[in-house]
Amino acid sequence: MAKEALMPYEQAIEQFEVVIGLEVHVELNTKSKMFCGCANIFGNEPNTNVCPICIGLPGSLPAVNKKAVESSIAIGLALGCQIAPTGRFSRKNYFYPDLAKNFQTSQYDEPIASEGKINIELEDGVVFEVLIERAHMEEDAGKLTHIGGATGRIQGAEYSLVDYNRAGVPLVEIVTKPVYGAGARAPELAAAYVHAIREIVKSMNVSDARMERGNVRCDANVSIRPYGQTKLGTRTETKNVNSLRSVENAVRYEIQRQAHILANGGTITQETRHWHEDRGYTSAGRPKSDADDYRYFPEPDLVPVQPSLAWIEEIRATLPENPGLRRKRLMEAWGFAELEFRDVVNSDLLDQVEATVAAGAAPQAARKWWTGELARLANSQEVAVQDLSITPTQVAKIQQLIDSGELTDRMARDVVAGVLAGEGDPEAVIEKRGLKVVSDDGALIAAIDEALAKQPDVLEKIREGKVQAAGAVIGAVMQAMRGQVDAARVRELILERAK
Amino acid sequence: MSDLIHKSASELADLIASKSISSEEVTSAFFDRSVELNPKTNSYLYLNRDTAIAAAKAADAALANGEKLSPLHGVPIAVKDNLTTTDAPTTSGSKILEGWVPQYDATVVARLRKAGLPILGKTNMDEFAMGSSTEYSAYGPSKNPWDLTRIPGGSGGGSSSAVSGHLAPIAIGSDTGGSIRFPAAVTGSVGAKPTYGAVSRYGLIALASSLDQIGPVSNTVLDSALLQDVISGHDKHDSTSLPQSLGSMADAVRSADVKGLRVGVVKQLDSDAFQPGVKACFDDTIAKLVAAGAEVVTVDCPSFEYAIAAYYLILPAEASSNLAKFDSVRFGLRVIPDGNPTIERVMAATREAGFGPEVKRRIILGTYALSSGYYDAYYGSAQKVRTLIQQDLAKAFSQVDVLLTPTAPTTAFKIGEKVNDPLAMYLNDIATIPANLAGIPGMSVPNGLAFEDGLPSGVQILAPAMQDAQMYRVGSIVEQMYLAEWGAPLIAKAPKLEVL
Repeated sequence: MAKEALMPYEQAIEQFEVVIGLEVHVELNTKSKMFCGCANIFGNEPNTNVCPICIGLPGSLPAVNKKAVESSIAIGLALGCQIAPTGRFSRKNYFYPDLAKNFQTSQYDEPIASEGKINIELEDGVVFEVLIERAHMEEDAGKLTHIGGATGRIQGAEYSLVDYNRAGVPLVEIVTKPVYGAGARAPELAAAYVHAIREIVKSMNVSDARMERGNVRCDANVSIRPYGQTKLGTRTETKNVNSLRSVENAVRYEIQRQAHILANGGTITQETRHWHEDRGYTSAGRPKSDADDYRYFPEPDLVPVQPSLAWIEEIRATLPENPGLRRKRLMEAWGFAELEFRDVVNSDLLDQVEATVAAGAAPQAARKWWTGELARLANSQEVAVQDLSITPTQVAKIQQLIDSGELTDRMARDVVAGVLAGEGDPEAVIEKRGLKVVSDDGALIAAIDEALAKQPDVLEKIREGKVQAAGAVIGAVMQAMRGQVDAARVRELILERAK
Repeated sequence: MSDLIHKSASELADLIASKSISSEEVTSAFFDRSVELNPKTNSYLYLNRDTAIAAAKAADAALANGEKLSPLHGVPIAVKDNLTTTDAPTTSGSKILEGWVPQYDATVVARLRKAGLPILGKTNMDEFAMGSSTEYSAYGPSKNPWDLTRIPGGSGGGSSSAVSGHLAPIAIGSDTGGSIRFPAAVTGSVGAKPTYGAVSRYGLIALASSLDQIGPVSNTVLDSALLQDVISGHDKHDSTSLPQSLGSMADAVRSADVKGLRVGVVKQLDSDAFQPGVKACFDDTIAKLVAAGAEVVTVDCPSFEYAIAAYYLILPAEASSNLAKFDSVRFGLRVIPDGNPTIERVMAATREAGFGPEVKRRIILGTYALSSGYYDAYYGSAQKVRTLIQQDLAKAFSQVDVLLTPTAPTTAFKIGEKVNDPLAMYLNDIATIPANLAGIPGMSVPNGLAFEDGLPSGVQILAPAMQDAQMYRVGSIVEQMYLAEWGAPLIAKAPKLEVL
């Protein structure tokens, strides 16, 4: 298998209208699985988080995880969906060795959430509205590892190993309605949509949302048709595209591949396709038709899920702010330049900066700490900056000591090192390490005089009772003395001058 | 005590509780008899002296410490082989599970152990409970203690032959369309299918999830009531189990009174389709009730006509999905075909070799009924019939307290007589199926011997959902009327197994 012939992208877009549809599977981060008490943990020894229920032993029965239902409702609400007053599970029947019962317990005709919409903002600020058809609950399958083949795929493998730790992990499948009118930007929109879903479920803490672990997986449906044709083109479904870049590239590839086929008089086969991340192409999987017969029928072992209105409203009340709206709000409040703000967002430091500001630091100072010194330290320690053992409150405290002249920048870095080394709160570190600003009144008075000369109205303000005006001069003096002085002493001397 | 094995479970429980006899002695007596006679009856697929006696000793030790764990403390019991047991293989009568020892106990089994009932062994059944005679068991049919050339009913024929042959004082069965009640009727014993959800199905190897219910098999109504009290109650492992308690069945039996009783006879189940001797027994039961002061009326349940058709769509549909897990991957039989053994070929070869003909027939039926394009016509219509039957019953129960029908159309037939005629076999369940479709309780109580063949007949008592106590009340009334006439339970008329 290799790349097929492609039409140049611009030409494809010129000749054909693109329609995409996205199915995103979100693995919930509930403590236990969807229908049993087994731990829902990624990366454990294979087949250790299993029980009679999730490996489908004869006689076992499922019982619904209430927390998973709550998370599913929350996702539905965050996507602006209606929550069904009663939703039943169904069985989707097919044989596959990673599917313990040989049917997947899913929702078919009664999804828990339906008819939502979400605004997706592209890089340049253009906004697309994507309509959500439904979000439904289901269970994940186990994981197969194919041994002995060249590609790690089932074709050519000698045998396969199956790990049921993932079997029964709760999933929410979010399905869009067909998305029209994105044109050349369809691949970009697809990636932005998956990004937005990922961001939403992460902000709600209902999923770990790590694509590399398969917490968020996307199946991308792509079809094209000549402009003016009313009938939709035949679609392909590219499975399990596991990074944002892959989503974009896979959609782009399918547009170009399909365009080449249609332009040369061929027809598109309705099928699933596999995305090959390494070489950037899709290959045919199994043929798929609308007549695929999963013999769905209502799951007789489960009673319908019937969330009360009160419960739904309770969940709605706990929803966090939409991440896009929150970014908009914070950017305005903090007054950062666009690049500065993007730096914070891309480093995933919005929470830290926001908390540091809330603890009393100026936004710019908070930003500089997290994207500067702390990011550097994290990098050198090879840990995520979010995982450093320093809290936003501690950072704000250190900044406050700088502002008041009690610490110099250099000393502050020392304090940070102390906090990270586990020596306690900033005050304790200062005490332990003897980080006290030394006083030299002679040089100090000269510096104060110089600063006061530059800001002549300060003394006047102090005399009028606006003692806080001294702050501006303190800053200047501290800077002139390179921080090696006691800010309290500086303040004392300034106030003396004002008498 | 040579007549120990003929005592009822409640009598044995009293003797054990008063320390007149130990659970170990009782358990040994039934065990020894089972080992001796099981070659004749094939009631048990598995017997284990060690585990049975160890449990009996534990029950005796508990009693010595002043702990009486339940009203059936120390009474040994037989368990149908479709309930999982950690100390005994669980095959559901199928080759595909031969030798499989489950990693967990069914909730009912756990409750039996906790209540101090030693388990004698696992009883034979039609494969995956599909059948009315045990002839579809992969391990050969069980025999009817009244006549060893005849079937003991099915699917729970192992439990009914064990109890009626005194190889166990009581037993557990499961009933999807009559698998407790039909065997009880043809062996002259008592069997009850509780309201759907009254007893947890966790650990019951599913046939049709929306129809299956576990229940007691015994020689007296009180024994069944006591056993239902032990095994019922909410279980968080079974979402369909009822949250509320249905009260004490034993109390309902002990306080049974015919005063004010209104009985309905279903027009559609009072016909020439029944063997004349069975019909005569039924008419006699009704006459006795009238004489005792009960009010009897005929009720119309027009949808009953479609019950078997609907049942044989819903059951195979659910079964085809429930049985999909038997694929050789995680447990049970694995057959590796010659050549290139891909997963599909291994699954196919295993299912080909491991499933019997009736199981395959129903998997194919069910798969077809659920297929896209046929779903509405088959499964969808069957579910509508189910609703209509529920409506018929609701209307009937607005006029009467219970409905009475003959449990089965005939007495026990000969082994081999119907095995090649599935449709004739399916008709055995004509009177019992509506209870499963509607989720209501039903029980069979012996009501005499048919005049043509001298074989036992049973009367079925149906009550509204969750009114199991009402069913037991009437069961007790009927039992008492016949006790007064016969001076002993019907089972006392059965021939001695030892000489058969």
